[in-house]
Amino acid sequence: MNIYIKHDHRRLFEIVLKEQFELLNVDYKLSGMGEINIADKTTKEQFKSLTSALSRYGIEIVDSQKSTLVQKIKDAIIEMVWDDGKLPASKISYYLSKKLNHSYGYLSNLFSEITYTSIENYIILQKIERTKKMILEDEMTLTEISYHLNYSSVAHLSSQFKKTTGITPSTFMRVVNKRKLNLANTI
Amino acid sequence: MAAEKIIKVLLADDDAEDRILFKEAIESLKVNTSLTLLNDGIQLMEYLYKNGDNLPHIIFLDLNMPMKNGLECLQEIRKNNKFKDITIAIYSTSGSEKDIEDTFVQGANVYIKKPNDFNSLKRVLLEAITKDWQYHTSGLNKETFFLSI
Repeated sequence: MNIYIKHDHRRLFEIVLKEQFELLNVDYKLSGMGEINIADKTTKEQFKSLTSALSRYGIEIVDSQKSTLVQKIKDAIIEMVWDDGKLPASKISYYLSKKLNHSYGYLSNLFSEITYTSIENYIILQKIERTKKMILEDEMTLTEISYHLNYSSVAHLSSQFKKTTGITPSTFMRVVNKRKLNLANTI
Repeated sequence: MAAEKIIKVLLADDDAEDRILFKEAIESLKVNTSLTLLNDGIQLMEYLYKNGDNLPHIIFLDLNMPMKNGLECLQEIRKNNKFKDITIAIYSTSGSEKDIEDTFVQGANVYIKKPNDFNSLKRVLLEAITKDWQYHTSGLNKETFFLSI
């Protein structure tokens, strides 16, 4: 029997954090997506255990200032792409620079230096990721998705999908479905 | 997540000349990588079982290898949950839509049609490695990571 599930990544994230911090007895406060304020009395040992406990969930504590800012840029982009109604109608460069209080030139250079990709490409990658998820949830047509993600046309989204993944949205769907079948047959 | 982190790359290819070209191409990129070169599928599987705590981020797999070919390795790797985080890039001479689709269905993430010249090789390797890196560092869904170049 197959069941289908939906999930809220932010909620998952917050629950995991809560469990792990409570387990290790560390006082904390979430001060934004990806920013946590921990009690000053936290010991080195607690911090170490926390780092390894969180790494099991793919959560990494970033320490250097540059990495922190890059993480903030990523968070801002993820929020922009994944939360409905957040995609700015105006220039994205203006939106990011205003939100993070740095010039876009600075943010853009820093981002490329640390991540091996550009802010522009990262935004495209996130938009295509969201498109993939929406295709698989099968609630919207590609045309509706393109409208939802501020593409000028469905053709524009299709070509960006092909450029980013090398395959078309319909091949993508076929591959994922065949993979599921494959998996079901081997179990 | 920071650029100082090393991207672990592995190539399994039975052709010595292809291995040298691959090595030169990777080393010429402005990306911090460590490279492991292996000659065939048997060596590859032995390496993976032995290095469970230090697995590569991405494996480039030649399809045509003696003894154990790329497709057999792909299936064996995908059957093992320990290797689920490894990205598999298939390195093939064929560029047919059907071959591409079939390898994705079998669990590959990246499909590369072997380029004919060195500059194209550098370009496709850079694209595969840096895009894969986003999946390792941004929590993107690896289950739906496909790239055909």
